[in-house]
Amino acid sequence: MSAHSVEDIKQSSARLRGTLLQSLANPLTGALADDDQTLIKYHGSYQQDDRDLREERRRQKLEPDYSFMIRTRTPGGVVSPAQWLKLDAIATTYAGRGLRITTRQAFQFHGVIKTRLKPTMRAINAALVDTLAACGDVNRNVVVAANPLLSPLHATVHAQAAALSERLLPNTRAYYEIWLDEQKIAGSGEETEPVYGERYLPRKFKIAFAVPPTNDADVFANDLGFIAIIEDDQLVGYNVSVGGGMGATHGDPETYPRLAEVIGFVAPEQVQDIAIAVVTAQRDFGNRAVRKRARLKYTIDDRGIDWFKDEVERRAGFPLGPARPFSFDHNGDRFGWVEGHDGRWHLTLRIPAGRIVDGALDGRGPALTHLSGLREIATLLDTDACDAQFRMTPNQNLVIAGVPAGQRERIDALVRAHALDAHAHASGLRLNALACVSLPTCGLAMAEAERYLPGLLDKAELLLDRHGLRDAQIHLRISGCPNGCSRPYLGEIALVGKAPGRYNLMLGADHRGQRLNTLHRENIEEAAILSELDALFARYANERMPNQHFGDFLVANSIIAIDEDNIRHAIPLEPVA
Amino acid sequence: MSSNALAMPTPLAAEHGVLLAQFAAAADASGLLWASGYLAGVARSLGAPAAAHAPAPTVTPATVLYGSQTGNARRAAEALHAKLEAAGLPARLLRADAYPLRELKDERLLYIAISTQGDGDPPDDALALVDFLSGKRAPRLPQLKFAVLALGDSSYPQFCAVGQRIDARLSELGATRVADCANADLDVETIAAPWTAKVVGIAQDVLKPATPPATASLATVVPLRPHAVPQAHGRERPFAAELLANQRITGRGSARDIRHVELSLEGSGLAYEPGDALGVWPRNPPALVDALLAALALDGDAPVAHAGVELSLRDWLSSKREITRLSRPFIARHAAQAGDDALNRVLSPDNATQLASLLDNRQLIDLLDATPAAWNADEFVAALRPLQPRLYSIASSRMAVGEEAHLTDAHVTYDNGHGPRWGAASHFLASREDGARAEVFIEANERFRLPADASRDIVMIGPGTGVAPFRGFVQERRETSASGRNWLLFGNSHARSEFLYQTEWQQALKDGSLHRLDLAFSRDQAEKIYVQQRLREHGRELYAWLENGAHVYVCGALAMGKDVHAALLEVIARERGVDADAAAGYLAALQVQGRYARDVY
Repeated sequence: MSAHSVEDIKQSSARLRGTLLQSLANPLTGALADDDQTLIKYHGSYQQDDRDLREERRRQKLEPDYSFMIRTRTPGGVVSPAQWLKLDAIATTYAGRGLRITTRQAFQFHGVIKTRLKPTMRAINAALVDTLAACGDVNRNVVVAANPLLSPLHATVHAQAAALSERLLPNTRAYYEIWLDEQKIAGSGEETEPVYGERYLPRKFKIAFAVPPTNDADVFANDLGFIAIIEDDQLVGYNVSVGGGMGATHGDPETYPRLAEVIGFVAPEQVQDIAIAVVTAQRDFGNRAVRKRARLKYTIDDRGIDWFKDEVERRAGFPLGPARPFSFDHNGDRFGWVEGHDGRWHLTLRIPAGRIVDGALDGRGPALTHLSGLREIATLLDTDACDAQFRMTPNQNLVIAGVPAGQRERIDALVRAHALDAHAHASGLRLNALACVSLPTCGLAMAEAERYLPGLLDKAELLLDRHGLRDAQIHLRISGCPNGCSRPYLGEIALVGKAPGRYNLMLGADHRGQRLNTLHRENIEEAAILSELDALFARYANERMPNQHFGDFLVANSIIAIDEDNIRHAIPLEPVA
Repeated sequence: MSSNALAMPTPLAAEHGVLLAQFAAAADASGLLWASGYLAGVARSLGAPAAAHAPAPTVTPATVLYGSQTGNARRAAEALHAKLEAAGLPARLLRADAYPLRELKDERLLYIAISTQGDGDPPDDALALVDFLSGKRAPRLPQLKFAVLALGDSSYPQFCAVGQRIDARLSELGATRVADCANADLDVETIAAPWTAKVVGIAQDVLKPATPPATASLATVVPLRPHAVPQAHGRERPFAAELLANQRITGRGSARDIRHVELSLEGSGLAYEPGDALGVWPRNPPALVDALLAALALDGDAPVAHAGVELSLRDWLSSKREITRLSRPFIARHAAQAGDDALNRVLSPDNATQLASLLDNRQLIDLLDATPAAWNADEFVAALRPLQPRLYSIASSRMAVGEEAHLTDAHVTYDNGHGPRWGAASHFLASREDGARAEVFIEANERFRLPADASRDIVMIGPGTGVAPFRGFVQERRETSASGRNWLLFGNSHARSEFLYQTEWQQALKDGSLHRLDLAFSRDQAEKIYVQQRLREHGRELYAWLENGAHVYVCGALAMGKDVHAALLEVIARERGVDADAAAGYLAALQVQGRYARDVY
């Protein structure tokens, strides 16, 4: 814990500069000064240490093996093949754990040591990607549906999201001075922050754009959501949702995951104004005294959704329209090739836990060549189809988008050669699983997540096979702590870490991102997890209705009970008479 | 029974003579030496110069000088001095840098024991003596009789060069050589013992007629450890210290296996000061002994008698003989044994680099494998050098750790293409587990001491395992609340994995027991950076510290010591605005004042 509060640190940071330059130059430690550890988040980086080595290094009289995670600001998770190659080179040169796709469509580089931080930041910017505001109490990377079916619409929504991301960037030049050697100008350290103010937001802020009928963005898990409304194949505007958020603290009923509520409709040209209104309302009314109650969801619950809507409309200077009908059918990814409107093809690949790495991560599991394989694909596209895209999905997967039909065969060959074709044969459970990074790098982790997922899946698949459920599309989400980077509270099955090897088993979310799950068994180990699942799989196999998802089955049969507050109903396309 | 148990006339009362004789018979050399200093001190404290009780000596006593880096020359000198005294001859024992050079022209009989460092350099404590002798100001010495015991390592080309140069120079200055310069290899005793006997005999002739002995010389003995308690354990009677900890302190990613070793001295009576070394008698790796026995096709259980000791061949190789380091004499013997011309050619002066490479990269087992020869056990044992103890700078202060001694051990381990090879002592220590024992003794290092005045600043330059004594220094200065500032310069290859004692230094900076820490990690950036570059960068401040009376300490590798020396000269010249000669004079003056101390190896 820092010596003083995050609010004080922000306020006295000279617009996020703090003593970062001195901290970076200090050779006595691989860490930053305490306050700078808070401030560097706004630059897109977290100080971490290899927790596998903590005790070993303590005995070696060495400080923890400090390194930095760097997260990109990549709205909608789109990069060109050329950018992919540069980011791959950065991961290979400066970082230690490959490229990692996050659940918010960002890349994370792990294991960058302090002395390499600046060169890494410069290299990322040289790839025309930045990391500004990728972490911290500001608007984070904006998530956009990766839906590959509707190319023109995706382009429109993506452009809107990217523009909003730009609009919500902090105004400070700190980032450019510290990492890119921009000359200080008069007023440096005293820049006005018209959106954020000198203390920035009370807490992180997350925005997503969804395109029905797919809710891959898990829009209701975000502080602010825009649900595209398409009429006659045209984007007419967005339903606005507010107050979503996953984070909670074990044992503290004052904290909880919450789904966003739809409060109205805006036209495309009103998106920025309404976003600014929501952000500034949260800036001014969010709880700055109790940090774990500082997310927008608590502001809304403390003051009421009607009050909040009025406040937003007042700030925006216009009323929200009535929400338009929409419906989501699922929140996963569709794997394999699909053809877009323009005759180009999109290939969605399954990337386990979003980790793209060569070799066996931490010596666990098989030695992979995923990083090399995607490098070859990117090289191919960069040469022959440079307007193709790599699109990260909010489910940690990867879309290779805009591929000319003639390239498909060569890409398929590379995909097979580098075992990137899990989508062609993996179980439904494996294809739909999410895991946060957790150990060994995340400082918040209480239990394994990413590294535990493969082993757990191996065992769970034996159970699925026993019950004939190998192809059942069941959503499993593992999180190493209750903060919920992998959006565990929206998993049909979720494991939320409590202690090494111990998890809360949560069940009963839907398949659309509209119903939170609930705690089923607390603090149990693998044997108990598997035995619970075995029994539930057995019932599901025998008693389910046709096309009934696992979470829905559990709720329909009262195996678990979900509070009505934790459900968001779609607004029906055909109003009920 | 004689009324006086000492076989010589003394001014002592009879019963005192008996007591003294009993003590002299029971004590070892270091105990006797200590006692001589102690008694002289007592005499002085009575306010009566000891000499006043004795008839004034009619002859100048013999002077025994030593210049020693690792203690071998000092030990040889101490043994000689003890023998002279035991023979009732007046003699004084002095470390070279404590010798008033102006007295040289009045000396009658001078014995010098001096070692040669790697590249033919004198030991630090003899730099001034060697300079003086070789310079223009050296006086003519027609009155002087002398003999030199030169120590060295015959595996180096400059074997015993310093002693030989002194020997030649004294002769050139008109002095009379009473015994040929003796060149002692690592097995010092083989040469030193007969030389000592010989020069003691000569001293009896030269100094005749002897006056009633000893008191005059006692008063001039330099009390080597004025505050120390006599130690029950020494080099030849080591203490079996229990290993309390053996912890690797280089992180993953480091190719170097550096260990922090903690040994218990409980019950040993061993006492040390920060700066002292711990001598460790290693035992050779059993696997290596087995490999040698196999290569030689000899029976390990066969008894072998050598120099009056009978042990099994295995025991000889395990604990009495050097089997990890090759030596030039052994290679020569082996070449003869094998009748191998190629090996003989390596020994010729034209092939010095080839020999150096052989000595650096190959061990005994490699030689036996590459050039088989028939050895019998007796000859093999006789041909090998006696196992030598290894000296480690102690990395702790007793005030902080009590009856323990901590070491920083760089485990020498490598594969030379023929299998794993180890350094004898470093592997011995690194492979010990908690509770095991190691035979140890204290090797005092009077030249490497914290300032007596605790308000003096200190600058500690200790890259790599050279940082060891400074851990002890900082502990001591913390425990004694010394008011002087402490500045450490440390370096290694990589900060992340080789920042030795990183968390301790961070804590010391926090609690104020370390005031400044500058770092040079050579391989963390494109250009290599070493501590000497930091010295140059911070030259102004360094010079200000020196002008303020700071003491400077350097510990670590020989080459580093030279580079640091050059950097210091450069800084002094620059900051003082003087030429190189004047800078050298400034630094030499610091050395004479005991403010520039080096422990390089």
